[in-house]
Amino acid sequence: MTPSPPGAQLDLAGTLSGIRRMAPLSLFVVVFGLAFGVAALSRGLSGLETMLMSALVFAGASQFAALELWGPEIPLLPLIAITFAINARHLLMGAAIQPWLAYLPPAQRYGSVVLMSDSNWAMAVADRQRGETNLGMLVGGGIALWVTWLAGTLLGVIFGSGIEEPERFGLDVIMGCFLLAMLIGGRRDLSMLLPWAAAALTAVAAMAWLPPHSHVIVGALAGGLAGLLFPAKQTRKPSP
Amino acid sequence: MTLPATTTGAIAAIVTMALVTYLTRAGGVFVMSRVPIGPKVERFINAMAGSVLVAVITPMAIQGDWGARLALLVTLAVMLATQKALGAITAGVVAAALWRLW
Repeated sequence: MTPSPPGAQLDLAGTLSGIRRMAPLSLFVVVFGLAFGVAALSRGLSGLETMLMSALVFAGASQFAALELWGPEIPLLPLIAITFAINARHLLMGAAIQPWLAYLPPAQRYGSVVLMSDSNWAMAVADRQRGETNLGMLVGGGIALWVTWLAGTLLGVIFGSGIEEPERFGLDVIMGCFLLAMLIGGRRDLSMLLPWAAAALTAVAAMAWLPPHSHVIVGALAGGLAGLLFPAKQTRKPSP
Repeated sequence: MTLPATTTGAIAAIVTMALVTYLTRAGGVFVMSRVPIGPKVERFINAMAGSVLVAVITPMAIQGDWGARLALLVTLAVMLATQKALGAITAGVVAAALWRLW
């Protein structure tokens, strides 16, 4: 890593520039939001609940996975576990930019991560490595993504409420397809096959023998533990 | 412990999810300013992130109908071939719709 300059600021001009730079990319988010809106309605959430989830949670994969738990009753512990496990990558993302955020007063530091998600984080990290000290990309990019995620969800709610039998059009499988695409797109690393296999096997076993919905927790923990069996990644070795 | 899927129950569930998610966004910054996150914790979190998705998807493939299974297979194939998430999801949904039409 190139040494990063000291200092950090957050101002309106930087935030506006972050919004502008994220705008083209965030148009894709509209389509994902639309898919979420349709999927949520087909699982029995109301339009208001669907919009509220997109506005407050703002983390696509965990929102799709939570739909899987939605029914006449919502199991609280599996919901917390699934949300935490899917979003735990934020912990690493936050830790990576902590030395940068440390220059800001606490309110700005913890405020600027409210809308942190994969793409605005990645672009902000790239800015930092180029020598930029302004955090506007993180905050402005987050705002652009949040607005388009909400707009997409709203379109999905409007579109989805006009469909009588979502299964006929294959709309009930959006959730599974979305999660699978995120899984394959996120990490193309063969060392993940062992944790994933452990997760699949233990999840199936837990479905057969343990209380309903516990398979998510069991699979996540088994996969995490299996990941510890590997030695440190090759890429982490210092270069010669 | 469960919440009823009334409006109040659903909103309570959504607010809970939002709090947990913010905890993950702020937690890394908070913890890192006190103790550095070591490589073991990093490996655990990286492996867990994909594993939880696997644990959610696997039952869909096992309990779902052939339309759902075909959708997952098509999504997997298109994703491996193109790395384009939107195209892969669309292909999966269309596959399920066509299967059920037939």
